[in-house]
Amino acid sequence: MKQNSETPFAVKRNAVVETLFRILFFVAALASILAVALICIFLFANGVPAMAEIGVFDFLLGTKWAPKNVPPSFGIFPMILGSIYVTAGAIIVGVPVGILTAVFMAKFCPKWLYRFLKPAVDLLAGIPSVVYGFFGLVVLVPMVRGLSDISLIFDGNGNSIFTASLLLGIMILPTIIGISESAIRAVPDSYYEGALALGASHERSVFFAVLPAAKSGILAGVVLGIGRAIGETMAVIMVAGNQARMPAGLFKGVRTLTANIVMEMGYAADLHREALIATAVVLFVFILLINALFSVLKRRSQ
Amino acid sequence: MNAINHVSVKDRLKSYTRSPLSLILFLLVSLAALLTFVTLLFLIGYILIKGIPYLTPELFAWEYNSENVSMMPAIISTLIMTVLSLLIAAPLGIFAAIYLVEYAKRGNKIVNVVRITAETLSGIPSIVYGLFGMLFFVTQLKWGYSILSGAFTLAIMILPLIMRTTEEALRAVPDSYREGSFGLGAGRLRTVFRIVLPSAVPGILAGVILAVGRIVGETAALLYTSGTVAKVPDSVFSSARTLAVHMYSLSREGLNTNEAYATAVVLLLVVILINWLSGFIAKRIAKG
Repeated sequence: MKQNSETPFAVKRNAVVETLFRILFFVAALASILAVALICIFLFANGVPAMAEIGVFDFLLGTKWAPKNVPPSFGIFPMILGSIYVTAGAIIVGVPVGILTAVFMAKFCPKWLYRFLKPAVDLLAGIPSVVYGFFGLVVLVPMVRGLSDISLIFDGNGNSIFTASLLLGIMILPTIIGISESAIRAVPDSYYEGALALGASHERSVFFAVLPAAKSGILAGVVLGIGRAIGETMAVIMVAGNQARMPAGLFKGVRTLTANIVMEMGYAADLHREALIATAVVLFVFILLINALFSVLKRRSQ
Repeated sequence: MNAINHVSVKDRLKSYTRSPLSLILFLLVSLAALLTFVTLLFLIGYILIKGIPYLTPELFAWEYNSENVSMMPAIISTLIMTVLSLLIAAPLGIFAAIYLVEYAKRGNKIVNVVRITAETLSGIPSIVYGLFGMLFFVTQLKWGYSILSGAFTLAIMILPLIMRTTEEALRAVPDSYREGSFGLGAGRLRTVFRIVLPSAVPGILAGVILAVGRIVGETAALLYTSGTVAKVPDSVFSSARTLAVHMYSLSREGLNTNEAYATAVVLLLVVILINWLSGFIAKRIAKG
């Protein structure tokens, strides 16, 4: 009798707790939506007015960045070019090595070796960008500077597009290897076996039957690598020279969009500060486009 | 007795003489893999060899000054920053994943939006997070350059990582567990907390450890949110530099390269430890 009288209350309390937690979980799920909304609002609200004040064309296509001049000029075209050059360089360095390494790990690597290689790639992904930057500063920059003793083609002090590309190429390796490897592994074994049965060697089967089937997955990895490279900040600052002028050559210094923000944010004020935030807006739009491309490719590969 | 698909070295050489292209391809992939791993080994080896001799006791003195360039305050700030960011991001991320996996119905529109925004968040460069943190936490909420501003900024940054790994861990829990729990009369909430979450703990933990790695290594998002003061912080409202920011400042000034090497060693060791831990836990999951 006593138990019976308690049950409805317990059930009701349980229902209330269930609902409360359902709401709590739901609100937590909304956090990422809120975060993206806030980021967009604050970046655009602070950056777009500056863009309007400077003039969209003068800002995006202006070739002179001189915030201290009277009157100041805020053209970020050199930095846009800088980001594109450095990223392209990173792709040239990182993509072939990355894809070939992924092929090795998925199709050539003996099991005992894989046990070492897989954690090594994860480690490569985990090393902080400031450590990469430091490595670039103390190893790559002097190395590239040393090249100028050999020939005048390599003339420069070592802080250059070339150095930044080399370093970024190393940094995007784990991204490309990881995604390409899973794309290669996702190709049904029948492709490989079919090619073998037709008399192709192991290598030919992998390269001419399996790889083409993994194409869009690998491409997705490359796109993600582009995103990583264009957004990388600390490592690039430490090796690229950061001169705010039009890129003058492969072995000359360059400033990227990300570097522009970090270099000057510390002391910028008023329109200068807003122009830097507008630089971040441009970077953000680049990233959104790259992300969209990535998810399209990823969906296609599934 | 050899397996039927066994290929001896001799057979391989013979097939390579018949098809030089195969040999070239084989050499190419081996060379690429070798290059990748030699680069990694060189990077780690170089920094360890150059840095370990400079790991002196003075570097771990409690007070920082320009004489000893101590990294102790930075280590303490890093610990506080890590704990704070996780306190914010881990419950949010885990609860969000619980909603996505355990509560949301199939084809729910909001789930799609959450997925897309989480994917967007994981692609945003850290400097953009840094600027947002500066505009929102530092300026708008008037928290100033502080550990709190930095921790909230990092929390947003690691949120998608924790969400994704938790989601995967929850999905890996077999449905029969849930059905058994429901069958015994447990409600949804009890099922989640007593049955599903405990079996997903290793997966969630692996994700959280990866998040720790990102926090420890982050620089760009912290420069303009938590600032670069090289002292042991008094409260969460004081500015402080983490180890990675400390290292950036050292190498930027160019006066204390040796100490920068030593800091790099500490950072590398932390990252290696974190990777090992995360891999170790992942292996435990695989064994079941």
